[in-house]
Amino acid sequence: MRGRAHKFGPDIDTDVIIPAYYLNTIDPVELGKHCMEAADPDFSKKVKPGDIIVAGKNFGSGSSREHAPIAIKGCGIGAVVAESFARIFFRNAINIGLPILESPEAAAAIQAGDEVEIDLEAGRITDLTTGQTFQATPLPPFMMEIFRAGGLVPYLRQKIERQRAAAQGA
Amino acid sequence: MGMTITEKILAAHAGKKEVRPGDLIEAKVDLVMANDITAAPAIAAFEKIGVDNVWDPERVVLVPSHFAPARDIASAAQIKRMREFARRLNIKWFFELGQAGIEHALLPEQGLAVPGMLILGADSHSCTYGALGAFSTGVGSTDAAAAMATGETWLRVPESNLFIFHGKLRPWVSGKDLILYTISQVGDDGCRYQAMEFTGEAIRSLSMEQRMTITNMAIEAGAKSGIIAPDETTLEYVKPRAKFPWTVYQSDPDAHYARVFEWDASELEPQVSFPHLPSNTKPLSEAAGIEVDQVVIGSCTNGRIEDLRIVAEVMRGRKVHPRIRCIIFPATPEVYKQALREGLIDVFVEAGAVVSTSTCGPCLGGHMGVLAEGERCLSTTNRNYVGRMGHPRSYTYLANPAVAAATAVAGVIADPDDVIKRTEVAL
Repeated sequence: MRGRAHKFGPDIDTDVIIPAYYLNTIDPVELGKHCMEAADPDFSKKVKPGDIIVAGKNFGSGSSREHAPIAIKGCGIGAVVAESFARIFFRNAINIGLPILESPEAAAAIQAGDEVEIDLEAGRITDLTTGQTFQATPLPPFMMEIFRAGGLVPYLRQKIERQRAAAQGA
Repeated sequence: MGMTITEKILAAHAGKKEVRPGDLIEAKVDLVMANDITAAPAIAAFEKIGVDNVWDPERVVLVPSHFAPARDIASAAQIKRMREFARRLNIKWFFELGQAGIEHALLPEQGLAVPGMLILGADSHSCTYGALGAFSTGVGSTDAAAAMATGETWLRVPESNLFIFHGKLRPWVSGKDLILYTISQVGDDGCRYQAMEFTGEAIRSLSMEQRMTITNMAIEAGAKSGIIAPDETTLEYVKPRAKFPWTVYQSDPDAHYARVFEWDASELEPQVSFPHLPSNTKPLSEAAGIEVDQVVIGSCTNGRIEDLRIVAEVMRGRKVHPRIRCIIFPATPEVYKQALREGLIDVFVEAGAVVSTSTCGPCLGGHMGVLAEGERCLSTTNRNYVGRMGHPRSYTYLANPAVAAATAVAGVIADPDDVIKRTEVAL
């Protein structure tokens, strides 16, 4: 995964990611049009598919609205690298399959416009502009399993189908 | 080693004798809640999981509260989808407009949240129910859908922090001030992934309503949950309402805490949180005199009957300043009716305030009180992020209901005592 970095500061909350005013839809493209609007009104127009958000501590604080990671995916962002993530946002991102990586070093070093490459399985972030490489905090295996399945819904679907098959077999 | 109340509730729901912070557990849930914003993606996710019914239609709660009464056609469609989902799956606790209020005031009031429960709410302020001695946490819509389908969820057992408030509160100081002060001390992400447990003489002296104000804002310190162990006050509140059996858990004396904070509550004056973070909190004396355009009183933080009584105490016989728009929104229809019976609504309307229906609207810049560019609002709600109540260049200050009422009368952020002295009224 490769893209240009868009840089933000600390405490980017869910009201900044997607203001509540727009939460009368769950359409990712519509939500994506207003992504990060409170911080940068033209953000969604600047994003090229696969670009990366790089931010400071406590990214995604505030509301439980899943529309926040949906809006980020919806506007074309491929991954978020942050110094740290707020708890509910972190969980929501895994659940809907938005790649997120926690790395204080990468969050500090990567500059806006840098070309960044991400190896999700290895948790490796490379700033191709500067040549620096960073290792993200690994996801717990259980969360990685959900993420590999494509999110919580496909994960559960597979689990339920396995249980049904086992019940029929028995 | 002993366990905290949080660890005990989680262990019981995971079918284990004990759990420790950091453990990943699969736990049974007692209640799942979603509102009109979060139910929409939850229903979409639920329909993709591949089950026909919710795990228990008597333990799912759906509350249209954010854009209700429907703000526009798209919001009406979201609420309609939720209503039809509830009907189709025989969900017992769908609250139609007229019975619905602000979810976190409604669930405890209706006896749906009780001590010892494990509750998942698709709203970050679901941590409110910890005031009743439940483990309650905010989740996204997909997590809520998964719990609706399976009756289970996975959780990482959080570390607990203990906050002890000694002493007695001064007049006009309330639960809101204790939590604003706490957040200012630990920071906006100071309790990230952790539980916040509150105790001490000052906490025990508080009504259930004020305790709910405290646990409501645990998320503003990044916490997974806030909790207060049940006592006589809790059980007096729970007994006449409970729709489910309850279990009282207490922390063991030798339970382990990541951190322990001890403060003297009697030293605190009312607190005001400045834009744009709840942690940006200062004593009222440092905020007095700031001009505002709007005052909002209500929400899941401070829209309960006790809050409205305090507002009426300050507003009775006085007028809202001519430059100020004051919007008061009782949190539930029961609160509204009680306020009517006590004559509080009369006091508000006579003063020139607007009394709104029970809705989350103004708190999140949704509708019924959105701010224009450059405007300042003092609000009893729980968040003052950039653009929270409207334009990205509007400014929200957070305070308790007494300070909000005093500000509405004075036209600037004001001390209730000063307003009462300056505007003596013949009663």
